Amino acid sequence: MQDQKPIIALRDLTKSFGTFQALRGITADIREGEFFSLLGPSGCGKTTLLRMIAGFDDPTSGSITLDGKDMKGISANLRPTNMVFQSYAIFPHLSVAQNVGYGLKRKKMTKAEIAGEVDKALSMVDLQGYGHRAAHELSGGQRQRVALARALVMRPKVVLLDEPLSALDKKLRDQMQVELRQLQRQIGITFILVTHDQEEALIMSDRIAVMFDGKIEQLATPEELYRRPVSRRVASFIGVMNMLDATCTAQSEVGLTLDIAALGTIDLPKSAVPQGLDPSAIESIGIRPEMLTLLLDDGDSAEKVVEAQVTDTAYYGDMTYYSVLLPGLTDTTTISMRNTAGRAIVQPGTTVKVGWGAESVVLFT
Amino acid sequence: MKRFLSFNWLMVYAAIYMVFLYAPVILLPLFAFNDATIVAFPLSGFTTKWFGLLWETDALHQAVRNSALVAITTACLSTVLGACAARASARYRFPGKAGMISFIMLPLVLPEIIVAVALLVMMMQLGMSLSLWTVVAGHMLICTPFSIAILSSAFQGLDQSLEEASFDLGETRWGTFHRVILPLVMPGVISSLLITFTISLDEFIIAFFLTGTDVTLPVYIWSQLRFPSKLPSIMALGSILLALSVLLLVLAEWFRRRSATRQGLDADASGGII
Repeated sequence: MQDQKPIIALRDLTKSFGTFQALRGITADIREGEFFSLLGPSGCGKTTLLRMIAGFDDPTSGSITLDGKDMKGISANLRPTNMVFQSYAIFPHLSVAQNVGYGLKRKKMTKAEIAGEVDKALSMVDLQGYGHRAAHELSGGQRQRVALARALVMRPKVVLLDEPLSALDKKLRDQMQVELRQLQRQIGITFILVTHDQEEALIMSDRIAVMFDGKIEQLATPEELYRRPVSRRVASFIGVMNMLDATCTAQSEVGLTLDIAALGTIDLPKSAVPQGLDPSAIESIGIRPEMLTLLLDDGDSAEKVVEAQVTDTAYYGDMTYYSVLLPGLTDTTTISMRNTAGRAIVQPGTTVKVGWGAESVVLFT
Repeated sequence: MKRFLSFNWLMVYAAIYMVFLYAPVILLPLFAFNDATIVAFPLSGFTTKWFGLLWETDALHQAVRNSALVAITTACLSTVLGACAARASARYRFPGKAGMISFIMLPLVLPEIIVAVALLVMMMQLGMSLSLWTVVAGHMLICTPFSIAILSSAFQGLDQSLEEASFDLGETRWGTFHRVILPLVMPGVISSLLITFTISLDEFIIAFFLTGTDVTLPVYIWSQLRFPSKLPSIMALGSILLALSVLLLVLAEWFRRRSATRQGLDADASGGII
């Protein structure tokens, strides 16, 4: 499934609406069979990009190649892509089966063949037996499934999903994320998902393109995005990242020495410094909440230790998030701790020891 | 208690209002079944002979045929024009749109007699001879705004992503219109056809000015009012027209509501003519 042939190749795509530049040069390869997400805040151009792949909008410049064919001048109805709309766009005057079979009517198929395909698609999304239902009898989650079945029944090369889960409540959304992911793995069709929900993108995707202001800022696997964000805004968009001012005070053959606000100095081995990064340009570092530890027991130790004061706590059941004030800082730093048996929650106002290490630091210029 | 009192007074007011509104209309069928040539109280007896008389009047039948021709043609043409305008106004943005729509809607509030005189003068200037077709032209002018008003709500309720979904599933533009747009706005179209048909059927002033030798039904009725002996049969005719108009309007509203429900809207909240 993970062969490296690109199913979609985007080259220098731009799109302008009047004087507004929605996309400013998008180049990316989307691999066959992968679950690819376009992630970004609203207005970053991710939906515009998806609509251009679908054929609803034409690029101002640049090219889209789908399965080796240039898509220029090919309209949406002739492209091997199918879309799951944000509003689901279920045809209200048709039954579930008629909705799912809508696109098959154009193909040269007998009624029995269409009915068979529709049944197969409905059972794929766990809606067997719902064919005769009217569109308005469906719940939000069911409408979402019908929209998905209607796209899958066309056997597209690529399924495009425009924020498909944003209308569902949290519990159903969590469930659908897992189901969608499983379904995609099982049928092996390329999925392209547009979302502004970083958690959703992390859970579901093979690779994620993080977009800001009409450009892809970073294209990577979820793990790489989380561990090695290339910029501060990617870092703060994906999960929680504590940002601290830092400067490089010395560099040598084996690594460099950083002076970090509130935390003090630390030596980084060369392997921890991304290639091509100019050490003198380093302005800040990022540390994830789980990379900081509260040293609560006498036996606890860490590479580096600093004292801090707890200002607030947020209890999540499995985790507790502490806001702590590091010496000399005005902004609080977030630390997450797993709640193990027998460990009490530290109350605000307590002075605690915070442990951290070199391997947890991400460098930003 | 206070609330109960005010509620009560409002009920009385509403009842009186209804009486004033509908008492004259009730008189129409009352005298249509009255066995006397003179339209006056007291009533003298029950008869259906005035309806029988209508059956035997050839000039009336010709007027009904003329009116039907004019009303059906007007309904079809103004609904087509109305659909185009409603779709354009609901779906596209273009310079001068608001002004254009306002000018199309203007005949709704223009005095009909002014419109009729203006049309007559213009047609004379152009050297067009008056016929049922000039009546159709005049009626389209006043019916199209109604058609736009009805169809606008139908087209506005249409989610644009439905069209895109159809297109995305391999359907052509025409196929999308045929399989998605038309079925969804169909109740609105039928409602528009019924209302414009009713307006054209009842319209007198424009028909009076623009018709030639072929008279429409309202013009025929007006011409018969000069003969007192014809009055009871006009009452009978009026009763039939009244029943027909109410029936058509109720049908139109039923279709409009069905359209709203189909698109998942609240029928009561989405406006409409009635």
